[in-house]
Amino acid sequence: MLCVVVIEHAFLTSDFSFAVVASHSSIDTPTFYKFTAMWSSQQGSLLLWAFILGIVSAISLAATRHKLRDLVPWATAVMMGVAIFFTGLMLFGGGVNPFEVLDPVPVDGNGLNPLLQHPSMIIHPPMLYTGYVSLTVPFAFAIGALLSRRVDAAWVKSTRGFALIAWTFLSIGIILGARWSYTELGWGGYWAWDPVENASMMPWLITTAYIHSIMVQEKRGMLKVWNASLIVASFSLALLGTFLVRSGVLESIHAFGDSTVGPYFLALIGVVVVGSTWLIISRLDILRSERRIDSLASREAVFLINNLLLIALCAIVFWGTFFPLISELLTGTRSTLAAPWFDRYTTPVAVLLVLFTGIGPMMSWRRISWQGAKRVFTIPLVVAAIDFVLLLLFTDAADSIWALITFTLAAFTVSALIQETWRAAAARKRGAGGSMAGAIWSNAVRNRRRYGGYVVHLGLVVLLVGIAASSSFETKEDIKLKPGESAQIDDYTVTYLSPTIATSDQALIFGANLQVDRKGKSFAELHPTRQYHQVTQGTRSIASHFDGEATSEVGLKAGMRTDFWVAVEPNTTEFERRARLADSLFATYMREKVLPVVQADPGKAEEISLAAIDLLDRTTAKVIEGYRDDSPALPVTIRVIISPMVTWIWIGAIIAIIGALFAAWPSGLFRRRKAT
Amino acid sequence: MDVQRKRQVRLFVALGAALLLATGLIYTSFNASSEARLPSELSDAVPGKSYQMVGRVMHGSVKETEDGINFTMRDPDGTGKPMRVTYTGQIPDPFREGRDVMVTGEVKNGVFVGDEDTLTTKCPSKFSEKRDQ
Repeated sequence: MLCVVVIEHAFLTSDFSFAVVASHSSIDTPTFYKFTAMWSSQQGSLLLWAFILGIVSAISLAATRHKLRDLVPWATAVMMGVAIFFTGLMLFGGGVNPFEVLDPVPVDGNGLNPLLQHPSMIIHPPMLYTGYVSLTVPFAFAIGALLSRRVDAAWVKSTRGFALIAWTFLSIGIILGARWSYTELGWGGYWAWDPVENASMMPWLITTAYIHSIMVQEKRGMLKVWNASLIVASFSLALLGTFLVRSGVLESIHAFGDSTVGPYFLALIGVVVVGSTWLIISRLDILRSERRIDSLASREAVFLINNLLLIALCAIVFWGTFFPLISELLTGTRSTLAAPWFDRYTTPVAVLLVLFTGIGPMMSWRRISWQGAKRVFTIPLVVAAIDFVLLLLFTDAADSIWALITFTLAAFTVSALIQETWRAAAARKRGAGGSMAGAIWSNAVRNRRRYGGYVVHLGLVVLLVGIAASSSFETKEDIKLKPGESAQIDDYTVTYLSPTIATSDQALIFGANLQVDRKGKSFAELHPTRQYHQVTQGTRSIASHFDGEATSEVGLKAGMRTDFWVAVEPNTTEFERRARLADSLFATYMREKVLPVVQADPGKAEEISLAAIDLLDRTTAKVIEGYRDDSPALPVTIRVIISPMVTWIWIGAIIAIIGALFAAWPSGLFRRRKAT
Repeated sequence: MDVQRKRQVRLFVALGAALLLATGLIYTSFNASSEARLPSELSDAVPGKSYQMVGRVMHGSVKETEDGINFTMRDPDGTGKPMRVTYTGQIPDPFREGRDVMVTGEVKNGVFVGDEDTLTTKCPSKFSEKRDQ
């Protein structure tokens, strides 16, 4: 705790005697990003892990202080073990001590990578980490339950809140990452099956499975081995996620040796996996199910199928992510799998998941009768059929078979959710009177987990529909235009009005003013830019902007139906030529005229260097002016992406997160405990 | 006994299906993948075969062309035989001279022709670490 305060203070006051501060922040870095620069570093992110773990462990122990007395000590030991690993790693592991000091103290730091200076990036890492770390709690309690041989549903009940919280944070983290890559990375996608993205996806999938299968253990006393295995798997995958992002192991096995923390992480994952597996096997006798699945037409069976699908999805992602390593081991050559491979396998599984998301909540435990099935399935099936016909008649959804199936199943699932909610509310209204809305609300408050779950399902279905629509019906085009020229894409006309150029403390900002018309009517004015950030170290020059990072600010007209997305690739060749010329003139001037003066009278050094900075600024202004003269003749490349329903991805995510929060809220963590 | 039997059959069917799917997955992944090679290892490249080239963009080599860019790549340690690359499509923001990138494509007449939109750099959270070292 104190450590975090010390490091943050160092970041905020730009204390460059701390190595971590010097390499990830600078005087110029905006204050807000100084604060968040901590977790862009390896050291800082490990510290953050340990810090969050401390908080989460404390909360979990407070929440269980009156119960599970024989189990909690073991769970505490496990959590402390993990904490010791992280603090130990920082103190004794290879060069990741956040308190390492630099001598001599540098005047300014490297600065934070400008790509990471984005609002999403501020909260994205802590969210993911909180998600990862929260998984420690159910994991620790599972191990505690196994060790103390108290394997009934008690540990599940006490920690399901944490599983839900972990799920929520992971979801927020993943969606923020997607949002960031959509608006900041300048390639217009929200998901690329990048190993780092996959690393956060895998624990999310397994946690989703876990949240469902623990209900079966609570209600029916089944799947005990399964649940214990799932939580071990998600915790290991969370560690693996941290490890993957930080070690660079996927680029090559050989890169592994360079990583300072890699071996330690791998050792921890090994201990967790081997230790837990042994523990589960040695407790198999007491983990026997109290019952068996009566029928495939029961909720537990559907939950099991949904679990298997989620695990299949995770296995696909895992295989694809680690394929470079697997192929290197098996064949000696490293091969990689691209996004189409992932799409081909994950799409059918995801579509099946939409279906079972709809079926699951409608099934009754044990066995659903034929009458019962008819009662719950008729309306959703009819709705889905109508939806299917309407889509065929009035849209071109049939061009993409998977999208069509997704939309149809989504209609089935959503109508099933509404029907369930409605019927339950109608029953309550008959009993207690009042309004329908009031009945829905009192039902929901009485069974937060169930109704929160409905909302999450609704959100995820909306999200998947958004993904299906935007990925199947996207138009992507690169156009090259000079100022004044136009291009036609689908119903839209893009006119490149004029180039723009501006400077900021850290960057040169090139942009384009675009006018977009739709079917002859003005649709949007967009102003995408690309920023070239100066390298903060070494001699400053104008051309050095092109040696630093570049970031895009995309032009986006988001709508409920369609997102119109543009990014610009400015033509900087002429500017660079002028800049290099100006730089060399400036350097000559400094060397021949200014340096002798300073050498003659060192007292004037400060005054002269200020004058020099002023001169450089004026030179930059000159170069910019020159560029303005050139620019009418220079074509720029503009990437245009028109994709339908992207907004629904974000809306769906928000709905799902609200649902998860509703379900997780006091959820018996504090409130229900008083009753037991 | 009958129930027991039914359960066994079910288990075998489920396991069989899983096994079949897994085999399919493994088989296609070897087919669909492109072999990763360093620029210096591409001299014996099979024409028409897809490779993923991993290397470093040489300083001063990036040139804009009519419909894309040209550049030269070397092995990530900056050594080895260089390979000329032509590429069309989207250029990621972090793309820089001197940085490690990956691009998928095939070798035609000694030039690496990148497939559209396959040029990738590493996730910024990773190379920001690299840059500091």
